[in-house]
Amino acid sequence: MRRFFTVALLIMRKDLRVETRSRELFLTTLFFSVSTVLVFAFGFVRDGRPVENAVAGILWIAIAFAGTLALGRTFERERYHDVLRALLLAPVDRPAIYVGKLLGILALLAAVEVVIVPLVALLFQAPLFRQPILTFLLLSLGTLGFSAVGTLFGAMLVRARSRDVLLPVLLYPITIPVIIAGVRGIAVLLQPEVDVAMARAWIGMLVFFDVVFITLSLWTFEPVMTE
Amino acid sequence: MMHRMFSVVIVVATIFFVCAPVFIAWAPYESTMGLVQKIFYFHVPSWAAMFVAAFVCGIASAVFLFRGRLISDRIAVASAELVVVFGLIGLVSGPLWARKAWGVWWQWDARLTMALVLWMIFIAYLLLREYGGPGSEKLAAGVALFGMANVPFVYWSVNVWRTVHPTTNVVPTLVPGMRGPLWWSLVGFLLLYVLAMMARVRLETQRAALEQIYRELDD
Repeated sequence: MRRFFTVALLIMRKDLRVETRSRELFLTTLFFSVSTVLVFAFGFVRDGRPVENAVAGILWIAIAFAGTLALGRTFERERYHDVLRALLLAPVDRPAIYVGKLLGILALLAAVEVVIVPLVALLFQAPLFRQPILTFLLLSLGTLGFSAVGTLFGAMLVRARSRDVLLPVLLYPITIPVIIAGVRGIAVLLQPEVDVAMARAWIGMLVFFDVVFITLSLWTFEPVMTE
Repeated sequence: MMHRMFSVVIVVATIFFVCAPVFIAWAPYESTMGLVQKIFYFHVPSWAAMFVAAFVCGIASAVFLFRGRLISDRIAVASAELVVVFGLIGLVSGPLWARKAWGVWWQWDARLTMALVLWMIFIAYLLLREYGGPGSEKLAAGVALFGMANVPFVYWSVNVWRTVHPTTNVVPTLVPGMRGPLWWSLVGFLLLYVLAMMARVRLETQRAALEQIYRELDD
């Protein structure tokens, strides 16, 4: 068990070190999600005020798009010099590789969200920090669910053709519950009358989703990655 | 063995499909919707067949993923294609009915959304198999497994969000005259599914055998 986490942390550290040296993923993903928010601002702001309930959707679409881009790029990196194959050949638990990659993606998306969430709150005058703990839980659990499925699909598509298109094609229909829960959860927090009970229900659903899909991913990672 | 079973299923399915229009015509008219309600005998069975096909595909994919049996992969791909076909029937017949019953073509309701999402997952499954290159069967099996696990989540979340569609407990409350034709059509559609799947699995098996012969010829 300890070895499992050592391996996972090692892989995460490798990813983060590559990232801190180049900053390629962070900067491109961040700029991309800011551009997405901007495009939505032109679509959903009328008379200087955002359309009702649009903010939660804009925030989650920006996160989902940024996540897809980051997942695609991080596994593209693993393809150079067959790094992923080398990792799979290493005498370690395969699920530990999955967990390591997942942690790396989560760290990256967290860094992007730290910028993008206040930016959305600022640009659309949204009271996102009125319930900081619930907002944090919704964002982190949603990001975890999205990345858990995304990391498995990203890893398995490394060997496939036309992987750039196939990743979003597979990922979005499967992560629809995360998007619904995330958007509705944030939306009830942004209402003039905050509906805490409803937000808690969405958080509960996200926890359930995360548990089921992380378990499934750990379980299927080994057979899916075996050639 | 397979041949004889196929012929039996084909005969029974034909009987069901020939008699179904008569039974549907005999069924009483619904008081408020009238003739439009007859889509029901077509719409509900097509969704039922789709859900059965999706379920079979999920199970077969899991067996393929963990046991590596080739036959289960063939059953999975055959079922996935049928999910898309039956889903399309449901997606065309549904809005026609909804336009009359609810006044709109589409509603973002739990059942509708869940069926649409499930249908899209299986389209994604087929896209992956088609364009994913060699080795994509395994990846597709993973997708089918995730798609199956997704159904209750989508259902629950859209249910909390909004619902207008009648629930399944409508069926026991139906007028007896309507129940018979519904069950008849339901069995008919399931037989159609079994028939199409058997034919498709056989095609895939023969294709694999042909491939094998070519390979032996090359060696």
